[in-house]
Amino acid sequence: MPVTDVTTDIDARTITITAEFAAPVERVWELYADPRQLEQVFGPPTYPATFVEHELTAGGTSKYYMTGPEGEKFGGMWDLTAVDQPRSFSFEDRFADAQTWQAADGMPVSRNTYAFEPSDGGTRATFTSVYESSDALQQVLDMGMEEGATESINQIDAFLAA
Amino acid sequence: MLSLMDEANEERADAMFHALSDRTRRDILRRVLAGEHSVSALAERYDMSFAAVQKHVAVLERAGLLTKRRSGRQQLASGDVEAVRSVSSMLAELEHIWRGRIDRIDTFLKEN
Repeated sequence: MPVTDVTTDIDARTITITAEFAAPVERVWELYADPRQLEQVFGPPTYPATFVEHELTAGGTSKYYMTGPEGEKFGGMWDLTAVDQPRSFSFEDRFADAQTWQAADGMPVSRNTYAFEPSDGGTRATFTSVYESSDALQQVLDMGMEEGATESINQIDAFLAA
Repeated sequence: MLSLMDEANEERADAMFHALSDRTRRDILRRVLAGEHSVSALAERYDMSFAAVQKHVAVLERAGLLTKRRSGRQQLASGDVEAVRSVSSMLAELEHIWRGRIDRIDTFLKEN
């Protein structure tokens, strides 16, 4: 399994995921820098992603939407706040209208840092996301719902069994 | 006595699994776990009648997954699990989504 560690901080609404990929740092960076590659891995098969704009440079913006099973579109925007190619990039993620690209409201939904470092001939990637509120988290999950539903039921089941 | 207890547990489990077997009800539960919602606000989220949403809410309530209270003319529904646990389960869901994404990255890097 490429995921080597998952740390969540409930109070800080933070999730940190560490993964090992069998490819050099530059290759992993390329995947993130190229919207055509990124959209192949970004959304689950039931919510494929389309990047209409993507610029992995400080001050750059990405615009993407995910298409749900019934054709509904969920738009999002990244504002790149720091980029240190090929080691890391940081961005604020917001919901936006998938046509006008008007941000849903002023607040970012999450602040994220993705970092890549060489490890054993491959890459150790650390993905950190800090969510602004539990509502923000909820909205993110609504976008990835299909995959999330099973997990949520397992959680409830485990809770009730405890 | 013991078999009566078992019977009650079985019935509770049946009600719960029945409640969770429907996608709309899972979605309603996810929303009310994140915070209290009026039944009318919930109803606006779905392409179905208020009565139909109210029925879903009643199924969740019978399964003990949701509680309702009245406030004036409104019925307010909350998930019957404390807020922290809901954030915790949301983070767990997010982890699940990430694991899927990382598997896709891993496969993509191996194939390209």
